[in-house]
Amino acid sequence: MTKRMLSIKNLHVSINDKAILKGLTLDINPGEVHAVMGPNGAGKSTLSHVLSGKPGYTVTEGSVSYNGKDLLDMDPEIRAREGVFLAFQYPVEIPGVSNIYLLKAALNAMRKHKGLPEVDAMDFLTLVKGKVKLLQMDEKFLYRAVNEGFSGGEKKRNEILQAAVLEPNLCILDETDSGLDIDALRIVAEGVNSLRSPERSFLMITHYQRLLDYIKPDVVHVLADGRIVKSGGPALALELEEKGYGWLEGQAA
Amino acid sequence: MIAADHSAYSYLTAYQTLVTSLPGRDLPWLQQLRGEALQAFAERGFPGVGEEDWRYTALSVLNKTVFAPVTAQQVDLDWLNSYRLDDAACAVLVNGRFSSALSVLNGWDGVTVSALSELLADNPAVVETMLGQAVTSCEHNLVAFNNAWFADGVVVRVVANAQIDKPLQILHVVTDAQALAVTRNLFVVNDHADIEIIETYIGINEAYFTAAINEVLLGCNADLTLSKVQLEGGKAQHFGGTYVRQAPDSRFAHHNFALGGLLARSDIHSDLAQASECTLNGLFVASGRQHLDNHTRINHAKPHGISREFYKGVLDQRARGVFQGRVIVAEHAQHTDSEMNNRNLLLSSDAEVDTKPQLEIYADDVKCSHGVTVGQLEDKSVFYLQSRGVDEATARNILTFAFANEMVDKVENAELKSLLLKELLVRFPAMSL
Ligand SMILES: Nc1ncnc2c1ncn2[C@@H]1O[C@H](COP(=O)(O)OP(=O)(O)OP(=O)(O)O)[C@@H](O)[C@H]1O
Ligand SMILES: [Mg+2]
Repeated sequence: MTKRMLSIKNLHVSINDKAILKGLTLDINPGEVHAVMGPNGAGKSTLSHVLSGKPGYTVTEGSVSYNGKDLLDMDPEIRAREGVFLAFQYPVEIPGVSNIYLLKAALNAMRKHKGLPEVDAMDFLTLVKGKVKLLQMDEKFLYRAVNEGFSGGEKKRNEILQAAVLEPNLCILDETDSGLDIDALRIVAEGVNSLRSPERSFLMITHYQRLLDYIKPDVVHVLADGRIVKSGGPALALELEEKGYGWLEGQAA
Repeated sequence: MIAADHSAYSYLTAYQTLVTSLPGRDLPWLQQLRGEALQAFAERGFPGVGEEDWRYTALSVLNKTVFAPVTAQQVDLDWLNSYRLDDAACAVLVNGRFSSALSVLNGWDGVTVSALSELLADNPAVVETMLGQAVTSCEHNLVAFNNAWFADGVVVRVVANAQIDKPLQILHVVTDAQALAVTRNLFVVNDHADIEIIETYIGINEAYFTAAINEVLLGCNADLTLSKVQLEGGKAQHFGGTYVRQAPDSRFAHHNFALGGLLARSDIHSDLAQASECTLNGLFVASGRQHLDNHTRINHAKPHGISREFYKGVLDQRARGVFQGRVIVAEHAQHTDSEMNNRNLLLSSDAEVDTKPQLEIYADDVKCSHGVTVGQLEDKSVFYLQSRGVDEATARNILTFAFANEMVDKVENAELKSLLLKELLVRFPAMSL
């Protein structure tokens, strides 16, 4: 049996006493791409937030282990340094902090965690500019405040730029495809594909088959009412596209 | 007269001996000015919270301690020099007295820099034409106190049409506990002339009292950029007033960085003429039990004036900040264009800010706006940075630094800017931007 990267067991999560996740179980092995689909309000973003350690959520039951460690026990920054990356559904604007500053601060935090020295300024610039090119962004974005005044699509692309620079182990993409135009979707998907490796896993939340045409998932899950109600191969996504979610109601995986 | 148990009484008693050491004893006009000021001070003492402009700031410490002038001790030169700007001429005031030994003022065309005490001896007529032109004892009793007590200062005169490339730094340093440093600077920038002046206030970590006033007279189409970097010692009391009279088409830009002192109050007041421009930027950053008060007044007396005011406050722990921004647009000051903005960041639940914009508009064809915000760091921003591997404390520092840095960014002088960034980084340690 291969060693699991992520193992979510019977996860129950509530916000302000309102139960959102109600016994969610999901396993991801290294190198796998998992797509999570499901109706609005099902709890997909909640799952991504809980995995990345956003405050305000109460885990009432269940466990999450990441590379054999208790993920829920770690502070958000430790999760990030251990390789968990969330590309937000709604990236936050940070006025006054430039993109390149954040990239450098983040990269150095990761390196420090691994016992590496701070990145050399020239090496850093070369690295970042390479990734900017990969995502076909204008270098000017590096010097703008993080996400401030970025269009919806630019924000999403910027999230993937961060992932490309930080090279996480577990990359959670929360609707990275929504808001992207047709060309941008292809470019971002190529960026994601370039990150694929036998050690790196993806949890990809999406509403559309379109993204899955570019980034082939190994497994497709349906998250409804706080649970995974069905899992299958890539064909499941096509089936959902055709039939919607109604037929799955009340089912358990 | 005030009663014997009133603190001002102690100052008045001490004044009898002090007065013999003050400059300009032989000048009747100055004696009259000082006499009237002393009279005003004797009647009411230091300003009290009963006065509208002082309602947020109690000067009780001044009433409890009698600060007294000291003769300069040895100055720690390494410390002093670390605040010098290399690319600027520098006038140094030690405990309120001009030090020619420490000042570097050579090789300048178009501008004369003198010690006020010397000018009062050598050419008092020049001082007489300037002193009291921009502010009088009627303003409030710290001005009166300054009028009666000032011992020295720096007089800067820029001849008409001179474009002074090299900035002037005025470095105030206090070296002794319980010291009283009362200074009066006079800046006259004649028609079409242009200069940059930077005031830096530093002092030891003991209680002392600085009371510094600048009177500024700007000629037609003259241009002055004046920055104040207030880095007084942590137990210091500081009052600094800048009072400006602007001639038509003149431009006055002020950058006020209030970072030090235990209790510090700044007055920045400007009277504008036809088509004058006035820009007031400010940043106050306080923690511990610091109290930083900024009182601004922009008086649009004539048409077509433009004013831009932007102040930011960052208050941590039990600190208190005050912003009072008064804009007056006289009945005839049509086509005035004025914007005022004050944004404050509270980093602790015990911190407090009192912000009071006051617009008094008597003209009908004007464009005036103002905005005030008081907020905290946003959780979602802190989390966003954490989700990228930055620890929470550093994330908060980065966000706070970014908030404050917006004001530093408005400073054009690169050397001054980097000094300010260093000061901010000490307070909010993060990787420098
Ligand atoms: N602070 C909150 N208080 C109460 N309910 C909340 C709060 N935050 C989220 N919810 C609710 O939790 C549920 C799950 O939200 P979540 O954002 O995880 O959905 P989602 O599956 O990502 O939906 P979408 O596809 O629209 O992005 C929703 O019903 C939402 O209204
Ligand atoms: Mg969502």
